[in-house]
Amino acid sequence: MKNPHITQNIAFFFLFLATLLIVVPVGFIVFVIIQKGLPAIDWQFLSDIPRHGMRAGGIFPAIVGTVYLVTGTIIFALPIGLLAAIYLSEYSKENLLMRLIKLAIVNLAGVPSVVYGLFGLALFVIFFKFGASILSGSLTLGIMILPIIITTSREALESVPYSFREVSLSLGASKWQTIRNIVLPNAVPGILTGTILGLGRAAGETAPILFTVAAFYLPQLPSSIFDQAMALPYHLYVISTQVPNVDEKIRYGTAFVLLALVLIMNLVAIIIRYKFRKRKKW
Amino acid sequence: MRKLKEFIIEKLILICGLASIFFVVLIFLFLLKEGLAVFSTVSPFKFLFGKNWYPISDPPQLGILPLILGSLLVTLGAAIISIPIGVGCAVYIAEVAPANLKEILKAGIELLAAIPSVVLGFIGMVTLVPFVKTFFHLPTGLTALSGSIMLAFMAMPTIVSIAEDALYSVPKTYKEGAFALGATHWQTIHRVMLPAASRGIVAAIMLGIGRVIGETMAVMMITGNAAVMPNSIFAPVRTLTATIAAEMGEAVVGSEHYFALFAIGIVLFIISFAINVTADLFLHKRQ
Repeated sequence: MKNPHITQNIAFFFLFLATLLIVVPVGFIVFVIIQKGLPAIDWQFLSDIPRHGMRAGGIFPAIVGTVYLVTGTIIFALPIGLLAAIYLSEYSKENLLMRLIKLAIVNLAGVPSVVYGLFGLALFVIFFKFGASILSGSLTLGIMILPIIITTSREALESVPYSFREVSLSLGASKWQTIRNIVLPNAVPGILTGTILGLGRAAGETAPILFTVAAFYLPQLPSSIFDQAMALPYHLYVISTQVPNVDEKIRYGTAFVLLALVLIMNLVAIIIRYKFRKRKKW
Repeated sequence: MRKLKEFIIEKLILICGLASIFFVVLIFLFLLKEGLAVFSTVSPFKFLFGKNWYPISDPPQLGILPLILGSLLVTLGAAIISIPIGVGCAVYIAEVAPANLKEILKAGIELLAAIPSVVLGFIGMVTLVPFVKTFFHLPTGLTALSGSIMLAFMAMPTIVSIAEDALYSVPKTYKEGAFALGATHWQTIHRVMLPAASRGIVAAIMLGIGRVIGETMAVMMITGNAAVMPNSIFAPVRTLTATIAAEMGEAVVGSEHYFALFAIGIVLFIISFAINVTADLFLHKRQ
C-alpha cells in the first residue's frame, strides 16, 4: 500500500506548482512593463501630444481623455449604483423580484465588453444621436461598471450591524433618516472601495469605447462632452497594432502609464479596505 | 413636506433598484433591434452554419461558422490550461498555504484580474507570440495557441477566487470529521473538501470560461484574425468578439455587414446569459 504521506507531499507539490504557474507570469508581466516602460517616462512624454504619426512625442491627449471618461462614468454610475445597493440592502425582501434583480446584476457583469460597445453604439451614438462622444462613452462604461458598484456597496451597507438601525429607528428617526445618518456614513469606506475598483476597470477597458468615443488621433483636447477623445487603452491598441514601426519605448511607456493608473487605483482600494477592517468597532 | 421628500427619495431608490433589470433588457432589445434585420437576407441557419465570412464582397457572404469555431477552439484551449491550474491554485490558497503567504498570493491574483486586457494583449504580442513562433517553428506566432495561453491567464483570477470561496464555505465540521477518522490533509481535501465544494467549483469554471468567450482585445491582438475555418491550433483564427471589434469601425451603419455584426452580438449575449444563469443556479442552490 502506498504511503498516504508521500502521496500528500506529491499532491501538495503539484498544487504549489499550479500556484507558481499563475503568480510567476504575473510578476514577469509587471516586471517587464516596469523595466522597459519606466525609462520612457519623462515630463515630455506625459505632457506632449503625439507627433510624427504617433511615432514620437507624448500621450497627453490620451491621458486627458481617459480622465474625462472616468469622471463621466462615475458621475453617472455612482448615484444609480449606490441607490440600487440601498434598495437591495434596506428595502427589498427575499422574493422573486429580488431574485430577478440579483440575476440581472450577475448577467450585467457577464456581458462581454465588446457587446457593451455595440449597445453603446446603437443606443447612445445612433438612437440618442450623441455621436461618438465622451458622453456616449461614459454612459456605456457606466452601465458596464454598475454591477461592481452595486455589489460592493451592498456588501458595505449590509455589514453595518442591524442594531445601529434599530437604535436610530427607536429614537423616532424615519427609515430614510436612518439610512442617511446612520447606515451610509458607516458604509462609506466599503462604497469607496467598490467605486475605485469600478473606475479602475473603466479606465482600462478598450472594447466598450471603440465605437462610442475613442479617436485614433486628435491634435487638440476635447472641449465638450459631445467631442470625441483619445483614451489610453485605445491608444495602446493603436500603436501596438495599427501603426507600423512605433518605437518600442513609446509602446512600453504607454503600457506602463495605463498599468500604473489601474494598479494605483486598485492599491488605493485595497488600502482603504484594509484600514477599515482594522478600525472596525463592531 | 418631509414626508413628500422621503416619498420621492424612496421611489427613486426603487427605480434605481430596478435599473439592472432595465439595462439587461435594454441591451438585449437594442441588439435585437439592430441585429435581426440581417435575417431578411440570410436565413438564421445559413448565418450560424455558413462557412464563408466575406462581409464586404458583393453580394456579402455572412456565415459565422468559422468565427464560432474560432471562439470554441481558443476557448477550449484556454479551458484545458486554466481549469487544472486555476483549481489547483485555489486549493493551494484555501487549504495548504500558510496564512501570510495566502494574503500575498491573493493579492497577486487580484493584480492579475486588474491588468487591462489591452495590456495583456500587448505583452502577449511582444513576448508570447515570438516565443510560440520560434518554439514550434511556425511561419507566424499569431495563432490559436497563443490566444489560448493568454486567455487562460484571463480566466484564472475568476476561477481561483470563486473556487476558493467555495472551498472556504465548506463547513469546518466536515474537515474535522475527516481528520478525526485519521485521514491525511490531502485525503481530506480530495475525498471531502473537493466533493463538498464541487458545485461552487463548477460555477467557477463556467464563469471563467464565460470570461474567455467574451474577451476581446487581447484575443484580437494575438490570434492573427484570419476569418477562415480553423484547422489547427498552430494557425491564425478569428473569434466572434474580435470580428465585431475589428470590423464595426468600417461597417456602414444600416448595411448588411452592420446588421450581421449586431447579430453576432446577439449570439454572444445569449451565450453569456446562458452561462451566467446556469452558474448562478449552481452557486445558489444548496443541497
